[in-house]
Amino acid sequence: MDDFYRENILDHYKNPRNSGHLEHPTVTAEGVNPLCGDELSVELEVEDGVVRDVRFNGRGCAISQAAASMISEVAKGRAVDEVRGFGAEDVLEELGIPLMPIRLKCALLSVNLLRVALGEEARPDDEIEWKSA
Amino acid sequence: MAVAPIRTPLDAHRLKADFPILAQTVHGDRPLTYLDSANSAQKPQAVIDTLVDVYTTCYTGVHRAVYELGERATARYEATRDLLTALLNANSRREVIFTRNATEGLNLVAYAYGDRRIGPGDAIVTTEMEHHSNLVPWQFLARRTGATLHYLRLNDRGELDPESLHRLDDLENVRLVAATHVSNSLGTVNDIAALSAWAHERGAVMACDGAQAAPHRPVDVQALGVDFYAISGHKMCGPGVGALWGRERILTDMDPFLTGGGQIAKVGLDRTRFGDLPAKFEAGVPPVAEVIAFGAAIEYLTGVGLEAIHAHEQALTAYGHALLEEIPGVTIYGPPPPDRGGVLSFTVQDVHSHDVAQSLDADGVCVRAGHHCTQPVMAHYGIPATARASVYLYNTAEDLDRLAAGIVRVKRTFGV
Repeated sequence: MDDFYRENILDHYKNPRNSGHLEHPTVTAEGVNPLCGDELSVELEVEDGVVRDVRFNGRGCAISQAAASMISEVAKGRAVDEVRGFGAEDVLEELGIPLMPIRLKCALLSVNLLRVALGEEARPDDEIEWKSA
Repeated sequence: MAVAPIRTPLDAHRLKADFPILAQTVHGDRPLTYLDSANSAQKPQAVIDTLVDVYTTCYTGVHRAVYELGERATARYEATRDLLTALLNANSRREVIFTRNATEGLNLVAYAYGDRRIGPGDAIVTTEMEHHSNLVPWQFLARRTGATLHYLRLNDRGELDPESLHRLDDLENVRLVAATHVSNSLGTVNDIAALSAWAHERGAVMACDGAQAAPHRPVDVQALGVDFYAISGHKMCGPGVGALWGRERILTDMDPFLTGGGQIAKVGLDRTRFGDLPAKFEAGVPPVAEVIAFGAAIEYLTGVGLEAIHAHEQALTAYGHALLEEIPGVTIYGPPPPDRGGVLSFTVQDVHSHDVAQSLDADGVCVRAGHHCTQPVMAHYGIPATARASVYLYNTAEDLDRLAAGIVRVKRTFGV
Protein backbone atom coordinates (compact mmCIF):
# COMPACT_ATOMS: atom_id res chain seq x y z
CA MET A 1 0.00 0.00 0.00
CA ASP A 2 2.72 2.41 0.97
CA ASP A 3 4.45 1.51 -2.25
CA PHE A 4 1.45 2.35 -4.36
CA TYR A 5 0.59 5.67 -2.80
CA ARG A 6 4.11 7.04 -2.94
CA GLU A 7 4.91 10.32 -1.38
CA ASN A 8 5.14 12.16 -4.70
CA ILE A 9 1.71 10.90 -5.76
CA LEU A 10 0.15 11.95 -2.49
CA ASP A 11 1.93 15.28 -2.71
CA HIS A 12 0.53 16.01 -6.18
CA TYR A 13 -2.89 14.81 -5.00
CA LYS A 14 -2.96 17.07 -1.97
CA ASN A 15 -1.22 20.03 -3.61
CA PRO A 16 -2.21 19.82 -7.25
CA ARG A 17 -0.09 21.97 -9.59
CA ASN A 18 -1.81 24.09 -12.22
CA SER A 19 -5.20 23.59 -10.64
CA GLY A 20 -8.07 26.02 -11.19
CA HIS A 21 -8.92 28.29 -14.08
CA LEU A 22 -7.13 30.49 -16.64
CA GLU A 23 -8.26 34.01 -17.25
CA HIS A 24 -8.15 33.70 -21.03
CA PRO A 25 -8.05 30.04 -22.11
CA THR A 26 -7.56 29.40 -25.83
CA VAL A 27 -9.01 25.89 -25.79
CA THR A 28 -10.83 23.76 -23.22
CA ALA A 29 -12.12 20.22 -22.81
CA GLU A 30 -14.01 18.29 -20.18
CA GLY A 31 -14.43 14.61 -19.51
CA VAL A 32 -15.82 11.98 -17.20
CA ASN A 33 -14.47 8.67 -16.00
CA PRO A 34 -17.58 6.52 -16.48
CA LEU A 35 -16.25 4.02 -13.98
CA CYS A 36 -16.51 6.32 -11.00
CA GLY A 37 -18.21 9.43 -12.34
CA ASP A 38 -15.13 11.56 -11.70
CA GLU A 39 -15.17 14.79 -13.66
CA LEU A 40 -12.20 16.72 -14.94
CA SER A 41 -11.78 19.73 -17.20
CA VAL A 42 -8.74 21.35 -18.74
CA GLU A 43 -8.06 24.87 -19.96
CA LEU A 44 -5.07 25.67 -22.17
CA GLU A 45 -3.45 28.86 -23.33
CA VAL A 46 -1.88 28.15 -26.70
CA GLU A 47 0.29 30.68 -28.48
CA ASP A 48 2.52 30.19 -31.53
CA GLY A 49 2.10 26.44 -31.44
CA VAL A 50 3.20 26.21 -27.82
CA VAL A 51 1.17 25.33 -24.73
CA ARG A 52 1.93 28.39 -22.62
CA ASP A 53 -0.27 27.55 -19.66
CA VAL A 54 -2.43 24.73 -18.33
CA ARG A 55 -5.14 24.42 -15.67
CA PHE A 56 -6.96 21.32 -14.60
CA ASN A 57 -10.11 21.48 -12.55
CA GLY A 58 -12.26 18.71 -11.11
CA ARG A 59 -12.55 15.94 -8.59
CA GLY A 60 -11.29 12.42 -8.52
CA CYS A 61 -9.12 9.78 -6.96
CA ALA A 62 -5.49 10.28 -6.02
CA ILE A 63 -4.34 8.66 -9.25
CA SER A 64 -6.43 10.82 -11.57
CA GLN A 65 -5.67 14.03 -9.68
CA ALA A 66 -1.95 13.33 -9.33
CA ALA A 67 -1.72 12.33 -13.00
CA ALA A 68 -3.37 15.59 -14.06
CA SER A 69 -1.08 17.60 -11.82
CA MET A 70 2.06 15.84 -13.07
CA ILE A 71 1.17 15.94 -16.76
CA SER A 72 0.28 19.63 -16.47
CA GLU A 73 3.87 20.34 -15.46
CA VAL A 74 5.17 18.29 -18.38
CA ALA A 75 2.84 19.92 -20.90
CA LYS A 76 3.53 23.50 -19.92
CA GLY A 77 5.89 25.15 -22.40
CA ARG A 78 5.86 22.19 -24.80
CA ALA A 79 4.95 22.30 -28.49
CA VAL A 80 1.31 21.55 -29.25
CA ASP A 81 2.35 18.65 -31.51
CA GLU A 82 4.26 17.05 -28.67
CA VAL A 83 1.40 17.36 -26.20
CA ARG A 84 -1.01 15.91 -28.76
CA GLY A 85 1.20 12.82 -28.81
CA PHE A 86 1.10 12.24 -25.05
CA GLY A 87 -0.11 8.78 -24.09
CA ALA A 88 -0.16 6.18 -21.38
CA GLU A 89 3.61 5.82 -21.31
CA ASP A 90 4.05 9.52 -20.48
CA VAL A 91 1.67 9.36 -17.54
CA LEU A 92 3.09 6.13 -16.20
CA GLU A 93 6.57 7.55 -16.37
CA GLU A 94 5.48 10.49 -14.25
CA LEU A 95 3.55 8.36 -11.74
CA GLY A 96 6.45 5.95 -11.49
CA ILE A 97 4.25 2.97 -10.59
CA PRO A 98 2.62 0.24 -12.64
CA LEU A 99 -1.18 0.50 -12.79
CA MET A 100 -3.71 -2.22 -13.29
CA PRO A 101 -5.73 -1.52 -16.45
CA ILE A 102 -8.84 -0.42 -14.61
CA ARG A 103 -6.88 2.28 -12.78
CA LEU A 104 -5.09 3.27 -15.97
CA LYS A 105 -8.39 4.80 -17.04
CA CYS A 106 -8.13 7.16 -14.07
CA ALA A 107 -4.58 8.11 -15.02
CA LEU A 108 -5.37 8.57 -18.71
CA LEU A 109 -8.27 10.96 -18.24
CA SER A 110 -6.04 14.03 -18.05
CA VAL A 111 -3.90 13.04 -21.04
CA ASN A 112 -6.96 12.39 -23.14
CA LEU A 113 -8.38 15.76 -22.17
CA LEU A 114 -5.18 17.45 -23.34
CA ARG A 115 -5.46 15.62 -26.65
CA VAL A 116 -9.13 16.52 -27.09
CA ALA A 117 -8.52 20.17 -26.20
CA LEU A 118 -5.84 20.25 -28.91
CA GLY A 119 -8.18 18.81 -31.53
CA GLU A 120 -7.16 15.17 -31.39
CA GLU A 121 -9.31 12.15 -30.72
CA ALA A 122 -9.16 10.63 -27.26
CA ARG A 123 -7.27 7.39 -27.39
CA PRO A 124 -9.69 4.49 -27.24
CA ASP A 125 -9.70 2.06 -24.35
CA ASP A 126 -8.41 -0.70 -26.55
CA GLU A 127 -5.02 0.87 -26.17
CA ILE A 128 -5.11 -0.47 -22.63
CA GLU A 129 -3.42 -3.80 -22.52
CA TRP A 130 -5.35 -6.30 -20.41
CA LYS A 131 -2.70 -8.56 -19.04
CA SER A 132 -3.71 -11.78 -17.40
CA ALA A 133 -1.89 -12.63 -14.21
CA MET B 1 -12.16 -2.05 19.13
CA ALA B 2 -14.91 -2.17 21.68
CA VAL B 3 -17.45 -3.86 19.46
CA ALA B 4 -18.99 -6.95 21.01
CA PRO B 5 -18.21 -10.27 19.30
CA ILE B 6 -21.06 -11.83 17.39
CA ARG B 7 -22.97 -15.08 17.52
CA THR B 8 -24.45 -16.44 14.33
CA PRO B 9 -26.17 -19.70 13.44
CA LEU B 10 -23.51 -20.51 10.82
CA ASP B 11 -20.01 -21.82 11.15
CA ALA B 12 -18.63 -19.55 8.46
CA HIS B 13 -15.09 -20.82 8.91
CA ARG B 14 -16.27 -24.29 7.96
CA LEU B 15 -18.40 -22.96 5.07
CA LYS B 16 -15.43 -20.98 3.77
CA ALA B 17 -13.64 -24.27 3.21
CA ASP B 18 -16.35 -25.19 0.67
CA PHE B 19 -15.12 -22.32 -1.54
CA PRO B 20 -11.69 -23.20 -2.94
CA ILE B 21 -11.03 -19.71 -4.31
CA LEU B 22 -11.11 -18.28 -0.78
CA ALA B 23 -8.20 -20.44 0.39
CA GLN B 24 -5.62 -18.45 -1.56
CA THR B 25 -3.40 -15.59 -0.52
CA VAL B 26 -2.86 -12.47 -2.64
CA HIS B 27 -0.08 -9.89 -2.84
CA GLY B 28 2.23 -12.49 -1.38
CA ASP B 29 0.97 -13.64 1.97
CA ARG B 30 -2.25 -11.71 2.52
CA PRO B 31 -5.30 -13.92 3.04
CA LEU B 32 -8.01 -13.21 0.49
CA THR B 33 -10.81 -11.33 2.23
CA TYR B 34 -13.70 -11.32 -0.21
CA LEU B 35 -16.23 -8.64 0.65
CA ASP B 36 -17.78 -8.14 -2.79
CA SER B 37 -20.51 -10.77 -2.98
CA ALA B 38 -23.14 -8.16 -3.82
CA ASN B 39 -21.24 -7.81 -7.07
CA SER B 40 -20.86 -11.55 -7.63
CA ALA B 41 -20.65 -14.45 -5.21
CA GLN B 42 -17.94 -17.10 -5.12
CA LYS B 43 -18.70 -20.70 -6.01
CA PRO B 44 -18.63 -23.72 -3.71
CA GLN B 45 -16.83 -26.89 -4.83
CA ALA B 46 -20.22 -28.55 -5.38
CA VAL B 47 -21.08 -26.02 -8.11
CA ILE B 48 -17.66 -26.29 -9.74
CA ASP B 49 -17.90 -30.08 -9.66
CA THR B 50 -21.34 -29.97 -11.24
CA LEU B 51 -20.08 -27.88 -14.15
CA VAL B 52 -17.27 -30.36 -14.74
CA ASP B 53 -19.65 -33.28 -14.30
CA VAL B 54 -22.09 -31.95 -16.90
CA TYR B 55 -19.36 -31.46 -19.48
CA THR B 56 -17.86 -34.85 -18.59
CA THR B 57 -21.02 -36.92 -18.54
CA CYS B 58 -24.15 -35.47 -20.12
CA TYR B 59 -23.60 -32.21 -22.01
CA THR B 60 -25.63 -31.48 -25.12
CA GLY B 61 -28.37 -29.08 -26.20
CA VAL B 62 -31.58 -29.60 -24.24
CA HIS B 63 -35.17 -30.21 -25.37
CA ARG B 64 -34.12 -31.58 -28.75
CA ALA B 65 -31.97 -34.66 -28.70
CA VAL B 66 -33.79 -37.98 -28.66
CA TYR B 67 -30.69 -39.85 -27.56
CA GLU B 68 -29.97 -40.71 -23.92
CA LEU B 69 -27.42 -37.94 -23.41
CA GLY B 70 -29.99 -35.35 -24.40
CA GLU B 71 -32.55 -36.88 -22.12
CA ARG B 72 -30.20 -36.73 -19.16
CA ALA B 73 -29.16 -33.14 -19.89
CA THR B 74 -32.77 -32.05 -20.29
CA ALA B 75 -33.87 -33.77 -17.08
CA ARG B 76 -31.11 -32.09 -15.09
CA TYR B 77 -31.77 -28.70 -16.72
CA GLU B 78 -35.46 -28.93 -15.89
CA ALA B 79 -34.65 -30.06 -12.35
CA THR B 80 -33.19 -26.59 -11.70
CA ARG B 81 -36.50 -25.11 -12.77
CA ASP B 82 -38.22 -27.26 -10.15
CA LEU B 83 -35.74 -26.13 -7.50
CA LEU B 84 -36.45 -22.49 -8.36
CA THR B 85 -40.19 -23.11 -8.36
CA ALA B 86 -39.89 -24.34 -4.79
CA LEU B 87 -37.33 -21.72 -3.75
CA LEU B 88 -39.54 -18.80 -4.80
CA ASN B 89 -42.85 -20.50 -3.92
CA ALA B 90 -44.05 -20.22 -7.51
CA ASN B 91 -47.39 -21.79 -8.40
CA SER B 92 -46.00 -23.65 -11.34
CA ARG B 93 -42.73 -24.52 -13.05
CA ARG B 94 -44.14 -22.86 -16.16
CA GLU B 95 -43.63 -19.52 -14.41
CA VAL B 96 -39.84 -19.85 -14.18
CA ILE B 97 -37.81 -18.58 -17.15
CA PHE B 98 -34.06 -18.86 -17.44
CA THR B 99 -32.26 -15.68 -18.46
CA ARG B 100 -28.67 -14.52 -18.61
CA ASN B 101 -29.05 -12.53 -15.40
CA ALA B 102 -31.50 -10.31 -13.53
CA THR B 103 -30.84 -7.49 -16.02
CA GLU B 104 -32.12 -9.64 -18.87
CA GLY B 105 -35.15 -10.67 -16.80
CA LEU B 106 -36.11 -7.03 -16.21
CA ASN B 107 -35.54 -6.17 -19.86
CA LEU B 108 -37.74 -9.11 -20.79
CA VAL B 109 -40.56 -7.53 -18.78
CA ALA B 110 -39.92 -4.10 -20.28
CA TYR B 111 -40.03 -5.34 -23.86
CA ALA B 112 -42.35 -8.34 -23.83
CA TYR B 113 -44.86 -6.91 -21.36
CA GLY B 114 -44.26 -3.18 -21.63
CA ASP B 115 -44.22 -2.71 -25.37
CA ARG B 116 -47.63 -4.33 -25.73
CA ARG B 117 -49.38 -3.12 -22.59
CA ILE B 118 -48.08 0.39 -22.16
CA GLY B 119 -48.75 3.39 -24.39
CA PRO B 120 -49.02 7.17 -24.53
CA GLY B 121 -50.71 8.63 -21.46
CA ASP B 122 -49.75 5.64 -19.29
CA ALA B 123 -47.53 5.92 -16.24
CA ILE B 124 -44.64 3.81 -15.02
CA VAL B 125 -43.45 4.15 -11.41
CA THR B 126 -40.00 3.19 -10.18
CA THR B 127 -37.62 4.50 -7.52
CA GLU B 128 -34.56 6.67 -7.10
CA MET B 129 -32.89 3.73 -5.35
CA GLU B 130 -32.75 1.35 -8.30
CA HIS B 131 -29.75 -0.31 -9.82
CA HIS B 132 -29.47 0.98 -13.38
CA SER B 133 -30.77 -2.40 -14.56
CA ASN B 134 -34.15 -1.64 -12.97
CA LEU B 135 -34.17 2.00 -14.05
CA VAL B 136 -32.80 2.37 -17.58
CA PRO B 137 -35.16 -0.30 -19.04
CA TRP B 138 -38.12 1.78 -17.77
CA GLN B 139 -36.66 5.04 -19.09
CA PHE B 140 -36.23 3.35 -22.43
CA LEU B 141 -39.71 1.80 -22.29
CA ALA B 142 -41.21 5.23 -21.55
CA ARG B 143 -39.32 6.65 -24.50
CA ARG B 144 -40.53 3.88 -26.85
CA THR B 145 -44.15 4.02 -25.76
CA GLY B 146 -44.74 7.67 -24.86
CA ALA B 147 -45.55 6.75 -21.24
CA THR B 148 -44.42 8.96 -18.36
CA LEU B 149 -41.95 7.79 -15.72
CA HIS B 150 -42.31 8.69 -12.03
CA TYR B 151 -39.96 8.10 -9.12
CA LEU B 152 -40.33 7.29 -5.48
CA ARG B 153 -37.66 9.34 -3.71
CA LEU B 154 -35.12 8.57 -1.05
CA ASN B 155 -35.09 10.07 2.40
CA ASP B 156 -31.77 10.71 4.12
CA ARG B 157 -31.87 7.35 5.89
CA GLY B 158 -31.72 5.78 2.46
CA GLU B 159 -35.30 4.52 2.59
CA LEU B 160 -38.10 5.17 0.16
CA ASP B 161 -39.96 8.25 1.33
CA PRO B 162 -43.62 7.28 1.91
CA GLU B 163 -44.61 10.87 1.11
CA SER B 164 -43.27 10.46 -2.39
CA LEU B 165 -45.62 7.51 -2.86
CA HIS B 166 -48.60 9.46 -1.49
CA ARG B 167 -47.87 12.22 -3.97
CA LEU B 168 -48.48 9.66 -6.72
CA ASP B 169 -51.76 8.40 -5.22
CA ASP B 170 -53.84 10.27 -7.78
CA LEU B 171 -51.66 9.43 -10.73
CA GLU B 172 -53.80 7.97 -13.49
CA ASN B 173 -53.16 5.03 -15.80
CA VAL B 174 -50.38 3.53 -13.73
CA ARG B 175 -49.50 0.37 -15.65
CA LEU B 176 -46.31 -0.83 -14.08
CA VAL B 177 -44.46 -0.37 -10.78
CA ALA B 178 -40.85 -1.52 -10.50
CA ALA B 179 -38.76 -1.59 -7.34
CA THR B 180 -35.85 -3.45 -5.89
CA HIS B 181 -36.40 -5.82 -3.00
CA VAL B 182 -33.04 -4.94 -1.41
CA SER B 183 -30.86 -1.99 -2.48
CA ASN B 184 -27.43 -2.98 -3.79
CA SER B 185 -25.79 0.27 -2.70
CA LEU B 186 -27.64 1.11 0.53
CA GLY B 187 -28.79 -2.25 1.85
CA THR B 188 -32.32 -0.91 2.32
CA VAL B 189 -35.03 -3.57 2.45
CA ASN B 190 -38.18 -2.31 0.75
CA ASP B 191 -41.75 -3.17 1.72
CA ILE B 192 -42.50 -4.87 -1.57
CA ALA B 193 -45.84 -6.29 -0.39
CA ALA B 194 -47.09 -2.75 0.27
CA LEU B 195 -45.88 -1.52 -3.12
CA SER B 196 -47.51 -4.52 -4.82
CA ALA B 197 -50.79 -3.68 -3.11
CA TRP B 198 -50.47 -0.05 -4.23
CA ALA B 199 -49.81 -1.20 -7.80
CA HIS B 200 -52.67 -3.67 -7.85
CA GLU B 201 -55.16 -1.12 -6.48
CA ARG B 202 -54.42 0.76 -9.69
CA GLY B 203 -54.57 -2.25 -11.98
CA ALA B 204 -50.82 -2.08 -12.53
CA VAL B 205 -48.35 -4.96 -12.48
CA MET B 206 -45.49 -5.08 -9.99
CA ALA B 207 -41.97 -5.99 -11.14
CA CYS B 208 -39.35 -6.61 -8.50
CA ASP B 209 -35.57 -6.79 -8.78
CA GLY B 210 -34.63 -9.62 -6.46
CA ALA B 211 -30.94 -9.79 -7.34
CA GLN B 212 -29.83 -8.66 -3.87
CA ALA B 213 -32.55 -10.48 -1.93
CA ALA B 214 -32.85 -14.03 -3.26
CA PRO B 215 -29.22 -14.93 -2.41
CA HIS B 216 -29.61 -13.79 1.18
CA ARG B 217 -33.09 -14.47 2.53
CA PRO B 218 -36.11 -16.69 1.94
CA VAL B 219 -38.24 -15.22 -0.86
CA ASP B 220 -41.93 -15.99 -1.31
CA VAL B 221 -43.33 -14.33 -4.42
CA GLN B 222 -46.89 -15.02 -3.23
CA ALA B 223 -46.33 -13.22 0.07
CA LEU B 224 -44.63 -10.34 -1.75
CA GLY B 225 -47.61 -10.12 -4.09
CA VAL B 226 -45.39 -9.29 -7.06
CA ASP B 227 -46.07 -10.19 -10.68
CA PHE B 228 -42.45 -10.45 -11.84
CA TYR B 229 -39.34 -11.26 -9.83
CA ALA B 230 -35.87 -11.24 -11.39
CA ILE B 231 -32.81 -12.94 -9.89
CA SER B 232 -29.15 -13.50 -10.77
CA GLY B 233 -27.72 -16.99 -10.28
CA HIS B 234 -24.15 -15.72 -10.14
CA LYS B 235 -24.99 -13.77 -6.98
CA MET B 236 -26.34 -17.02 -5.48
CA CYS B 237 -23.09 -19.01 -5.75
CA GLY B 238 -24.09 -20.25 -9.20
CA PRO B 239 -22.57 -19.64 -12.64
CA GLY B 240 -23.44 -16.75 -14.93
CA VAL B 241 -27.13 -17.34 -15.40
CA GLY B 242 -30.32 -15.82 -14.05
CA ALA B 243 -34.05 -16.39 -13.86
CA LEU B 244 -37.28 -14.47 -14.09
CA TRP B 245 -40.40 -15.56 -12.30
CA GLY B 246 -43.69 -14.22 -13.63
CA ARG B 247 -47.37 -14.97 -13.04
CA GLU B 248 -48.58 -17.56 -15.51
CA ARG B 249 -51.69 -15.63 -16.48
CA ILE B 250 -49.57 -12.59 -17.41
CA LEU B 251 -46.77 -14.54 -19.10
CA THR B 252 -49.33 -16.41 -21.19
CA ASP B 253 -50.70 -13.16 -22.58
CA MET B 254 -47.26 -11.78 -23.43
CA ASP B 255 -45.40 -11.95 -26.69
CA PRO B 256 -41.97 -13.55 -26.59
CA PHE B 257 -38.93 -11.39 -25.86
CA LEU B 258 -36.33 -13.02 -28.11
CA THR B 259 -37.53 -15.20 -30.92
CA GLY B 260 -35.92 -18.15 -32.67
CA GLY B 261 -35.39 -21.83 -32.13
CA GLY B 262 -36.72 -23.89 -29.26
CA GLN B 263 -39.63 -21.62 -28.44
CA ILE B 264 -42.06 -22.21 -31.28
CA ALA B 265 -45.04 -24.48 -31.83
CA LYS B 266 -45.12 -24.15 -35.60
CA VAL B 267 -43.28 -21.99 -38.07
CA GLY B 268 -44.50 -21.37 -41.59
CA LEU B 269 -43.15 -18.87 -44.06
CA ASP B 270 -46.05 -16.52 -43.44
CA ARG B 271 -46.88 -17.15 -39.79
CA THR B 272 -45.46 -18.54 -36.56
CA ARG B 273 -47.21 -19.93 -33.53
CA PHE B 274 -45.22 -19.77 -30.32
CA GLY B 275 -44.77 -22.62 -27.88
CA ASP B 276 -46.10 -22.91 -24.36
CA LEU B 277 -44.56 -21.57 -21.21
CA PRO B 278 -41.79 -21.45 -20.29
CA ALA B 279 -40.25 -22.42 -23.68
CA LYS B 280 -41.83 -19.35 -25.28
CA PHE B 281 -39.29 -17.21 -23.42
CA GLU B 282 -36.24 -19.39 -23.89
CA ALA B 283 -35.22 -18.98 -27.53
CA GLY B 284 -32.05 -20.71 -28.65
CA VAL B 285 -29.86 -23.28 -26.94
CA PRO B 286 -29.64 -22.15 -23.33
CA PRO B 287 -26.54 -22.28 -21.09
CA VAL B 288 -27.20 -25.91 -20.15
CA ALA B 289 -24.31 -26.59 -17.79
CA GLU B 290 -24.73 -23.22 -16.08
CA VAL B 291 -28.41 -23.82 -15.38
CA ILE B 292 -27.69 -27.31 -14.04
CA ALA B 293 -24.92 -25.94 -11.81
CA PHE B 294 -27.29 -23.16 -10.70
CA GLY B 295 -29.37 -26.05 -9.38
CA ALA B 296 -26.38 -27.27 -7.40
CA ALA B 297 -25.98 -23.76 -5.99
CA ILE B 298 -29.61 -23.64 -4.90
CA GLU B 299 -29.24 -27.04 -3.24
CA TYR B 300 -26.12 -25.79 -1.49
CA LEU B 301 -27.85 -22.62 -0.22
CA THR B 302 -31.00 -24.41 0.89
CA GLY B 303 -28.82 -27.07 2.52
CA VAL B 304 -27.19 -24.39 4.66
CA GLY B 305 -30.59 -22.73 5.04
CA LEU B 306 -31.60 -19.29 3.81
CA GLU B 307 -33.00 -18.37 7.22
CA ALA B 308 -29.65 -19.15 8.78
CA ILE B 309 -27.76 -17.30 6.01
CA HIS B 310 -29.98 -14.28 6.60
CA ALA B 311 -29.45 -14.36 10.36
CA HIS B 312 -25.70 -14.76 9.87
CA GLU B 313 -25.53 -11.76 7.55
CA GLN B 314 -27.68 -9.66 9.85
CA ALA B 315 -25.24 -10.30 12.68
CA LEU B 316 -22.20 -9.65 10.49
CA THR B 317 -23.66 -6.47 9.05
CA ALA B 318 -24.51 -5.09 12.48
CA TYR B 319 -20.96 -5.96 13.60
CA GLY B 320 -19.35 -4.34 10.55
CA HIS B 321 -21.60 -1.30 10.88
CA ALA B 322 -20.51 -0.86 14.50
CA LEU B 323 -16.82 -1.26 13.59
CA LEU B 324 -16.99 1.33 10.83
CA GLU B 325 -19.01 3.75 12.93
CA GLU B 326 -16.15 3.81 15.42
CA ILE B 327 -13.67 5.10 12.85
CA PRO B 328 -13.67 8.91 12.74
CA GLY B 329 -14.25 10.31 9.27
CA VAL B 330 -16.14 7.25 8.02
CA THR B 331 -19.70 7.86 6.83
CA ILE B 332 -21.97 4.85 6.30
CA TYR B 333 -24.91 5.19 3.90
CA GLY B 334 -28.26 3.47 4.20
CA PRO B 335 -30.47 2.60 7.15
CA PRO B 336 -28.84 1.41 10.38
CA PRO B 337 -29.19 -2.23 11.46
CA PRO B 338 -31.19 -4.30 12.13
CA ASP B 339 -32.92 -5.59 9.02
CA ARG B 340 -30.79 -4.20 6.28
CA GLY B 341 -29.12 -6.09 3.47
CA GLY B 342 -25.52 -7.18 3.94
CA VAL B 343 -23.93 -4.26 2.15
CA LEU B 344 -21.97 -1.52 3.90
CA SER B 345 -21.55 1.48 1.63
CA PHE B 346 -19.20 4.05 3.09
CA THR B 347 -16.90 6.95 2.39
CA VAL B 348 -13.73 7.99 4.17
CA GLN B 349 -13.46 11.73 4.58
CA ASP B 350 -10.98 13.31 2.15
CA VAL B 351 -10.08 10.00 0.51
CA HIS B 352 -11.62 9.00 -2.80
CA SER B 353 -13.40 5.63 -2.74
CA HIS B 354 -11.15 4.26 -5.48
CA ASP B 355 -8.17 5.00 -3.32
CA VAL B 356 -9.87 3.34 -0.34
CA ALA B 357 -10.53 0.21 -2.39
CA GLN B 358 -7.08 0.16 -3.95
CA SER B 359 -5.41 0.53 -0.58
CA LEU B 360 -7.57 -2.21 0.92
CA ASP B 361 -6.61 -4.47 -1.98
CA ALA B 362 -3.01 -4.29 -0.87
CA ASP B 363 -4.21 -6.01 2.32
CA GLY B 364 -6.10 -8.62 0.31
CA VAL B 365 -9.45 -7.03 1.16
CA CYS B 366 -11.77 -6.95 -1.89
CA VAL B 367 -14.39 -4.20 -1.80
CA ARG B 368 -16.15 -2.40 -4.60
CA ALA B 369 -15.64 1.29 -5.27
CA GLY B 370 -17.73 3.46 -7.53
CA HIS B 371 -21.38 4.32 -7.98
CA HIS B 372 -22.48 0.65 -7.95
CA CYS B 373 -24.70 1.29 -10.99
CA THR B 374 -26.85 3.56 -8.81
CA GLN B 375 -25.84 7.03 -9.95
CA PRO B 376 -29.12 8.63 -8.80
CA VAL B 377 -28.39 7.35 -5.27
CA MET B 378 -24.95 8.95 -5.38
CA ALA B 379 -26.50 12.17 -6.69
CA HIS B 380 -29.00 12.11 -3.80
CA TYR B 381 -26.13 12.17 -1.33
CA GLY B 382 -24.05 14.55 -3.46
CA ILE B 383 -21.12 12.13 -3.67
CA PRO B 384 -19.41 10.65 -6.74
CA ALA B 385 -18.84 7.22 -5.28
CA THR B 386 -18.68 5.05 -2.20
CA ALA B 387 -16.65 2.03 -1.19
CA ARG B 388 -18.86 -0.96 -0.55
CA ALA B 389 -18.20 -4.05 1.51
CA SER B 390 -20.77 -6.83 1.22
CA VAL B 391 -21.03 -10.08 3.12
CA TYR B 392 -22.26 -13.58 2.41
CA LEU B 393 -22.47 -16.91 4.14
CA TYR B 394 -18.71 -17.51 3.91
CA ASN B 395 -17.71 -14.24 5.59
CA THR B 396 -16.56 -14.08 9.19
CA ALA B 397 -16.20 -11.37 11.80
CA GLU B 398 -12.43 -11.54 11.16
CA ASP B 399 -13.07 -10.44 7.55
CA LEU B 400 -14.73 -7.30 8.87
CA ASP B 401 -11.94 -6.79 11.41
CA ARG B 402 -9.47 -6.80 8.48
CA LEU B 403 -11.69 -4.29 6.66
CA ALA B 404 -11.74 -1.94 9.64
CA ALA B 405 -8.01 -2.27 10.22
CA GLY B 406 -7.44 -1.59 6.51
CA ILE B 407 -9.51 1.59 6.64
CA VAL B 408 -7.49 2.83 9.59
CA ARG B 409 -4.32 2.20 7.54
CA VAL B 410 -5.77 4.04 4.53
CA LYS B 411 -6.41 7.05 6.72
CA ARG B 412 -2.84 6.94 7.99
CA THR B 413 -1.42 6.75 4.44
CA PHE B 414 -3.46 9.74 3.34
CA GLY B 415 -2.79 11.64 6.52
CA VAL B 416 -6.46 12.15 7.37
